[in-house]
Order: sequence, then C-alpha cells, then structure tokens
Amino acid sequence: MNKPKKHIGESAAKYVFAICAAVAILAVCSITIYMIAKGTPAFKNVGVSELLFGTLWQPTAAEPSYGIVYIILSSVIGTGACILIGVPIALLTAVFLTEVANRKLASVVQPAIELLAAIPSVIYGLLGLMILNPAMYKLEKLIFAGSETHRFTGGSNMLSAILILAIMILPTVVNVSASSIRAVSKDLRAASLALGASKIQTIFKVTIPAAKSGIMTGVALGIGRALGEAMAINMVAGGAVNIPLPFNSVRFLTTQIVSEMGYAEGTHRQVLFTVGLVLYVFIMIINLMLQRIRKGREKNE
Amino acid sequence: MNEKKLSRIKKRPADKFMYFLIYLCASLSVILLAGIIIYVFVRGIKSVTPEFLTTVTSVRKGTVGIAGNIVNTIMIVFITMIIATPLGVGAAIYLNEYAKPGKLVNAVEFATETLSGIPSVIFGLFGMMFFGQTLGLGYSLMTGSLTLILMVLPLITRNTQEALKTVPDSYRHGAVGLGAGKWHTIRTILLPSSISGIITGVILAVGRIVGESAALLFTAGSAKALPKTFAALFPKIFQSGGTMTLQLYLSATSEGDFDTAFGIAVVLIILVFLINLGTKKLAVKFDVKRKK
Amino acid sequence: MEYKSKMSIRNLNLYYGDNHALKEINMEIRPNAVTALIGPSGCGKSTLLKTLNRMNDLVENVRIEGEVLLDGEDIYGKEVDTTVLRKKVGMVFQQPNPFPMSIYDNIAYGPRVHGIKDKKKLDAIVEESLRGAAIFEEVKDRLKKSALGLSGGQQQRICIARALAVQPEVLLMDEPTSALDPISTSKIEDLMEELKKKYTVVTVTHNMQQAVRIADDTAFFLLGELIEFGDTKSIFSYPEDKRTEDYITGRFG
Repeated sequence: MNKPKKHIGESAAKYVFAICAAVAILAVCSITIYMIAKGTPAFKNVGVSELLFGTLWQPTAAEPSYGIVYIILSSVIGTGACILIGVPIALLTAVFLTEVANRKLASVVQPAIELLAAIPSVIYGLLGLMILNPAMYKLEKLIFAGSETHRFTGGSNMLSAILILAIMILPTVVNVSASSIRAVSKDLRAASLALGASKIQTIFKVTIPAAKSGIMTGVALGIGRALGEAMAINMVAGGAVNIPLPFNSVRFLTTQIVSEMGYAEGTHRQVLFTVGLVLYVFIMIINLMLQRIRKGREKNE
Repeated sequence: MNEKKLSRIKKRPADKFMYFLIYLCASLSVILLAGIIIYVFVRGIKSVTPEFLTTVTSVRKGTVGIAGNIVNTIMIVFITMIIATPLGVGAAIYLNEYAKPGKLVNAVEFATETLSGIPSVIFGLFGMMFFGQTLGLGYSLMTGSLTLILMVLPLITRNTQEALKTVPDSYRHGAVGLGAGKWHTIRTILLPSSISGIITGVILAVGRIVGESAALLFTAGSAKALPKTFAALFPKIFQSGGTMTLQLYLSATSEGDFDTAFGIAVVLIILVFLINLGTKKLAVKFDVKRKK
Repeated sequence: MEYKSKMSIRNLNLYYGDNHALKEINMEIRPNAVTALIGPSGCGKSTLLKTLNRMNDLVENVRIEGEVLLDGEDIYGKEVDTTVLRKKVGMVFQQPNPFPMSIYDNIAYGPRVHGIKDKKKLDAIVEESLRGAAIFEEVKDRLKKSALGLSGGQQQRICIARALAVQPEVLLMDEPTSALDPISTSKIEDLMEELKKKYTVVTVTHNMQQAVRIADDTAFFLLGELIEFGDTKSIFSYPEDKRTEDYITGRFG
C-alpha cells in the first residue's frame, strides 16, 4: 500500500506546536539565568557576609551599608505567621464546605471564597491602609504609651501585613484542602462512624489525616503566594528596614524591590537584584517541595 | 434492665466547640467579602461618574478621570492575549496530542508549573531587564504585555489541556479512521469541542491581567495620558502606560488621592465579579457538554 | 425453642426518596448465632444490615418506619446516641477499609475514640482484638507499620479486629469475603464460627454455600421483602416458598 502523501501543513503544525510548548521552558531558563546574572554581582561588590548577614540598610548614605538580613527575616517570619493564622482558618472552612454545610450554606460560602481570590491585591492593600493601619495605630499608642525607645509607625507595621497576607492566602488553601478532603474515600469515613466515632472525631482523626498530602500542597501554595505578594503588603507594612517585630515597620523581599527599584542606582540597584534572587531561590524551593508532594501522592495512588 | 442504655452517656463539649469554630471560620470569609464590597462601594461609588470614566486627571482642566488607564488596560489585555492565547493553546495541543510521555513532556510540564509559581514581582524584574533593557523596549505597553504573556501562559495551557483531555478518544479515532490528518482533526474536531475550556483559560488570564500591578510597575510604567486619535493608539504600544490597577496603587500611595483610588476599586471589583460570573457560566456549560 | 432475641426488627419500612426499598420486615436475631441475609443484588439485604447500626442515617433522603430493638430498646428512639449504638453494634464492610495508619493505630482507633488513653490498656486491647480476629501471629512484629501494606485478606481481618476492639455485642458483616481470594475467605469463615461464641453475628452474603457453611439462621430477601426466614438447614432443605427454592437452586440471582 502506498503511504498517503502528507500535507505540508501536517508536519509544519507539529513543529509550530512544539515551539509553543518550548516557550515555557525557554521562559523559565531565561528567568533563572537573568536572576542569577543580575543577582550575584552584589555578592562580589558588597561581600557575601555583609550582604546576607548585615543588619544595617543604608544604601544612600555617604558610607552605604547593604545588609539584607532583616529583610529576609521579615519575609520568613511574616510568611510563617500568616500561615499559622491563615491555615487553621482555611482548613476549618474547607471542613465546613465538604463535611458540615448543607448544599444551601455551601453555595453561599464557596462563591464568597472564589470572589476573595479574585479581588486584586491592591484593593486589599487599599483597605489595609484605610482600616487596618488606623486600628493598629490605636493599639500601638495603647501598648507603647510612654515608651521612649519605640519608634511610632502610624500603624504601618508587620502585624498589618501578616493579617492581610493571612486573608490573601485563604482562598488557595481552602480550595486545595477542600478538594483533597473530597477525594478521601467514603469507606474510611464509614469505618470510623461504624466504630462509634462522632462526626467531628471522624473528620479530625481520619478524614483530615487521610487528606494530609493534599492539604500540604495547599499550604505550600499558600507559602508561595505569601512570599511573593508585593503590592498589598507594601501599602500596609511601612517603609523602613527593621527587626521583624509585630509593631515595627518592616520591609519584605518583595516590597523592598517594589519600593526602591524605581530610583536605585549602582550597587544599590545590584543589591535589589540580589534581594530578587533570594526571593527566587525561596520560591524555587517551594516549587520543588510541591513537586515532591505531588510525586509522593501519585505513588500512593 | 436499664431502659436507656443507648442514650447519650455524656455530652461532647469538644465536638460542640469544634462545630462552633468551623462555623466561625466559614462565616469569616463571607463577612470579609461583604465588608470589602460594602466599604469599597460606600467610599468609591460617588467617584464613579461618566466624567471619571471618560476624562484624564488634569490639574489645568480641573478634571479627575481614568480614561487613559482604561485604554491602557484594554490595550495590554488585548496585546497579551492575542499572543498568549495561541501560544498556550499550541503548547497544550503539543502536550496532549503530539508528544509521547517522556522527558520532554515532563520538562514542559515542570516549566509550566514553575512559571505559575513565580511571583509577579519576579516577572516584573525579568521583564524590565530582558524586554525593557536587553530588547530596548523601555517602559512601554509592549514590555508590560510581553512580561504578562509569560505570567498567564500556564493558565491557558492548563485549561486547554484539561479541556482536550475530556474530548473522548473515539472522536480522534473516528477522524483518523476517515483518513483525516492530525492537524486536520485538531482543527475541525478537537479545538471546537474544547472551546469552552480554552475560553475559561482566556477569561481567567484576563482577570489576572486586570488585577496585576507588581509585574507592570517596572515594565509598562505609569503614564495616564489618553491618545487623542485612533491612529495614535499604535505608537502608544511602544510608550509607557499605567493600567487601572497600577493607578489605584499610585493614587493610594504616592499621590494620596483616595477618592480616585476607591473609584478605581469600584470599577475593578465590578470587572472582577463579571469575569468570575463568566467563568462560572462557562463551567456549567462545560459540565453539561461533558455529561452528554 | 425458647430464646431471647438480641435484636428484633418490627414492621420495618425503608424508603429512599420514593423508592420503597424495605417492605414490612419482621425478624428476630438470636444471640450468639450467625444470621445470614441472602438474596439477589438489590434485594435490600445490605440496606437492612445498615439499618441495624443506623449507617443509613448518612444517606440523604432516607425515611425509616417501624422499630429495631436492641435488647428491647428501640435504636431509632429519640434519645439514642448513634455513637453509643455503633459501639455496641460494630460493622465490617465489603471492601477492606483500614485507615491509612499503622496496624496498631487502626485497632486502637475505636478505644481511643471512646476515651481510653492508658498505653497498657490499649496494648492489651490491641493484642486481644488481633488474636480475636486470628491475625495476631501474622502481624505482631509489624504493629507500627502501615496497615495498607497487608494483603486484602489480612486487611479484612485487621478491620474485624478493629471492630472487635470496641467490644461490641453485635457484629454486622457486609459481604466480608466478596473482595477476597478463597484462602482468605475460608480463614474468615472459620473466624466467624469462633466469633459467634462471644458475639451475635449478622452477615450479608451472595454466596449460598457460604450461608450453608456458616449461618445458623438464614433470611431470604427479594425486591425489598423478607420471603423466608428460619433455621438455615430447613431453609435450604425444605424451602416453603417457591421463590426461595428457585433462588437456592440457582434458577435466578
């Protein structure tokens, strides 16, 4: 039998689609190369230990100093704290949606969570600025009344940023957790109930542990989202590099870039790229963690 | 014999407490959303006038408006999507229809996953360095759009892939059995049957672009001028222009103009809700089709 | 013969929405005996089993009329706490469904849920339950390993041990061997023989030979009705109803 002649379009199409698919690889590679190329010179110019472990951030002083350790710590602690606050709330909300609520109640809560996810981060920032910061300022004045060492921030502080982040990670963690709880076999729930466990005991002792890896995925995605968030927390966290204490104004990896890249020059600019590189490394670690969780799940199935 | 052997031995205060916490957390989301909407509308609705939507803020003319930002937003959405949609759909077609499972597919899927996890501020830095400086496009709508393409690509690829996966194999075999080529099958059968998935991806991507700010700050810039004629739109592509979301950020921070900020917030919330509604409608349609 | 019933089912009707799934069931379940429920699929035998520990409560749109008595007390009464009921009336399912935890934690789950925290007590219960389910020797060196690593037959015996650990009075078994190989099946059948010394066993089976081998009493169901109920030997030797005879001689089902 003769092989039918293939239309030129047929073979061309394949290559065109392959090129489309290659764009993602190309993009990740170039971003990685650029981040490394632009982020490493500062290590040479400033010195690794002064840069990574220095506590003083005075890029525009006559005798400039570029320590970013507080910035790194702020990001780590801010993210950790928002996870500590946000994840339990998100998990209980996911339990509500999957195990507790009837259809009518779920149909109110579910869309609300989807819409919270859709609201642009600048709007969270704007509301934080208008509502959260004044409230924080009142609290600050109360707590530090008469203190001579505390530098007043007007409420633009770490705590405001943590609360905003906790709200912003909510939808991600709720959705991923809820779908992994839904995926837990009905047989396991039945087995627990048949032993005389109450519904709550079943949820917390069987269902949630069985959905653990899915919930961990949600938490990792939440960490990624919190670490990468820039604009909203830039609006509420103040503008000075400080030790990350609740009532201090702080800079995060992201907000440091966003607020100074516009005018930074020379070594200052280089260091901002290094800040970007540090953030990129954090995100890549989270990404790899996610891949491992996913692989582990596939194996289990 | 004890008559009530099966009745409750003791109440479970721990269970009651957990139910209380669960209801509390679930209502938190609803209360938050309601609070956000009410606050934004109460503060911002009076700013949203026809003048606000059709003029540009100018001290000389005494006008306050975001028409320039609206045009910038539309242009960025348009340029980004016109490139990102075929790229993302093409990548999905390659992964689903051509590539055999192996290293290449893994690499593309890993890259797509990774791209979707990169924070927008990193995209902004890369866009500024690569498109802005290396390619010399400077602060322009084009630089912003090219940056956003990378950002929304995973959304479109993944949604298209999901849609392609739901097309039954019998369609493919049927077409191939009739002697149709692969590309012909894709064009005439696969793409039409997965169109609602593709559109879902596109709408989600538009939503992401509309809400984006960090990736645009150092790529598209913040100019708010409105091109005077239709022809002036084309050179505008290579000039700086801030979207509504970016203008909201600037209004709320450096400019300290909270009326404008809340006005934009009202517009954005309405837009975002419409987009959400659109994807829901499509998802329902999608589901109906799959069940048939 | 005079005996006191462990459980009595009186005028029981069950509806799934508009579907009348169980019709006017009346049955007495003897203590320390194995009662088998047989019949073609969809006849209501599994549904009936689940009414005995109220697992049907989990299904939406279920409506139940009539009475189910456990030692004379209606388990559908207003004051009844299903967790107390299910502690007394345990259940083993068709598919082995161990929790994704260690063997030890699987068995200790029930006692822990019911408030036993003492490590020594738990150790004793775990060993006793595993022995009761004739699987202690096979798993005693790997109690801390995941129960999911066991074979299907072993998993099912773990599930039986798990049910025994809460010290039930009645054990419901929903086709406990249908997912298992012949060797595991015969192990579980032998086990049921042992179990009835301490417990009242009600089992659903689609395998008539199994019913003959293990059951003291047998109930035959068809389309939601109890067609015939009595001593296993007489049901299989001299069925009174034509339909029972047709079924046990393999004319349908």
